[in-house]
Amino acid sequence: MSTVIRQTPVTRRRPAGRPGRPSKRARKVLGTCTGIVIVAVMLFPLYWMLDASFLRPQDLVSTTPVWFPLHGTLAGYRDVFGSQGGHLLISLIVALGTVAVTLLIAAPAAYGMAKLRVPGRRLLLFVLLVAQMIPGIVMANSFYIAANSLGLVNSPIALILADSTLAVPFATLILHSFLRGVPDELGEAAAIDGASWLRTFVSVILPVARNAVITAGLFSFLFAWADFLFAVTLTTQDNRAPVTVGIYRFIGANVTQWSSVMATGVIASIPAALLLIIAQRYVAVGIGSAATKG
Amino acid sequence: MASVLSVKAPAAAAAGATPGRRRRRTAWRAAGFVVPVWAYVLCFYVYPLVSNVKMGFQNYTVSSFYTGSAPFVGFANYTAVFRDPQFVSIVVNTVLFTIGSLAFQFAIGLALAVFFRRIFPLNGVLRSLLLVPWLLPLVVSGTVWRWMMDYDSGVINQTLLHLHLISQPVPWLVSTKMSLIAVIVVNVWVGIPFNMVILYSGLQALPEQVFEAAALDGASAWQRFTRITLPMLRPVILVVLTLGLIYTVKVFDVIMLVTQGGPANSSQTLTTYAYDLSFTQLSFGQGAAVGNILILVAIVFAGIYLRAVRDRDGEKR
Repeated sequence: MSTVIRQTPVTRRRPAGRPGRPSKRARKVLGTCTGIVIVAVMLFPLYWMLDASFLRPQDLVSTTPVWFPLHGTLAGYRDVFGSQGGHLLISLIVALGTVAVTLLIAAPAAYGMAKLRVPGRRLLLFVLLVAQMIPGIVMANSFYIAANSLGLVNSPIALILADSTLAVPFATLILHSFLRGVPDELGEAAAIDGASWLRTFVSVILPVARNAVITAGLFSFLFAWADFLFAVTLTTQDNRAPVTVGIYRFIGANVTQWSSVMATGVIASIPAALLLIIAQRYVAVGIGSAATKG
Repeated sequence: MASVLSVKAPAAAAAGATPGRRRRRTAWRAAGFVVPVWAYVLCFYVYPLVSNVKMGFQNYTVSSFYTGSAPFVGFANYTAVFRDPQFVSIVVNTVLFTIGSLAFQFAIGLALAVFFRRIFPLNGVLRSLLLVPWLLPLVVSGTVWRWMMDYDSGVINQTLLHLHLISQPVPWLVSTKMSLIAVIVVNVWVGIPFNMVILYSGLQALPEQVFEAAALDGASAWQRFTRITLPMLRPVILVVLTLGLIYTVKVFDVIMLVTQGGPANSSQTLTTYAYDLSFTQLSFGQGAAVGNILILVAIVFAGIYLRAVRDRDGEKR
């Protein structure tokens, strides 16, 4: 977040102290209060999920909202580990696999484009930009047919490969724009020392680009973790489904057990929450990258 | 895009002392780093695209899996889709869903972006917190909203009833009249952070002197907003709206979780319809045909988007 501000060195406007206006300090307090109200309204659904995850069955069907889980129970969470534990594990495997595949493809590509300036790099960047715009349902349709003929329906491999299509363009673009900022002298010095390009890439460039690699990896993880479309189309057996599909089928089957459904939602949100905490300043860059880095 | 186009002089290529053969060999070795990504692009973007276009002209059903053959049927899938009595209403739903989502996402996102330009304590923290809806898995968001919009026990109906704003609970999810509004509300909530962040960074990049001059000339805040901010922000607005269009047309998770396109197709869009044709009715050819319509839509908006990015970067220079 803060990086966005730093990247645009603009003198920020300070409200001119005109007579008859509330003082600067009062305006600031008002700003913070309004901001808190806005955030509270926008994040209310999250609070409501957390609240419901602790409620007893009778609270869930009461005619007035139960604003605080005063008689909270962990029964919902116990249900989750009983029924959703397997789904969570599959999601974890698929997400980690997606990170690996994505970085293996994206990191060398970004290096080749940014530092070795391979021919056709502009075309490649353009293709990656456009690839993000292909409707997911089109991909799912084709992937299902392909997975079916390869016997990969219900296999985590199919899901890893499908989910990587959500992450590879994004990761390549992020790494590319980072590596372009790395001075050429770094690679050249290694070359003079007789290091091959592969070696330069692995032991000089990658360590320098550590933060960008982490960002790309975190987002790849999140994309795969949150994927629903490929998960619901490429898994037909319930015990092979990741947690997004687990939740979806759980609601279908247990419309009344909202506390368990919400507890699953809370657990499924943990990676997103961690990402926001760990990589907060990259998140805004990540959102903006589609529109600005392209 | 512009940053990509203005690549510096090829210093690395000049590293080799003898030109000619050595440079060519260098280029080939460098190509090794991008061969995987090109192969990946061919296998995982080009192939699915081509295969979907082809499938749109084939009678591809479950039996094709066993027989291994799917006869070509020309435009039969398209005529079947167009003749579906639901098709017109599905297209109308898609248009309403897209326009409704975009209009509110954009308006609220812009209002928030303008608001957060003010300087006050906790500004940065609050802005980061607003990103949470964007980061959350859509399945989770959809599930929460489905619970909040529950007819009897949902907090929205209960609160509205309590405040005497309504006399009967609103059948958000179970009425054919309300379901589309319900999915639009959820999608607006999901999309606000994206709009806010991009518009905010667009606002931050505007030159400050213009506003100061306008303020000195006695322009009111509203005049400054409509006569200066909006026109200067136009390139960024175009980018946000076209990207929003591309994303909104392919929204799947929100609708599937909240209403599943129902009741009676009242919140079905082209994307969920394509899913339904392929994966519920197992008529993959027709699903592919609808998918191809979506590709056409994406191509049109991608074209507009790329032009918008080019224009914006052009103005930056």
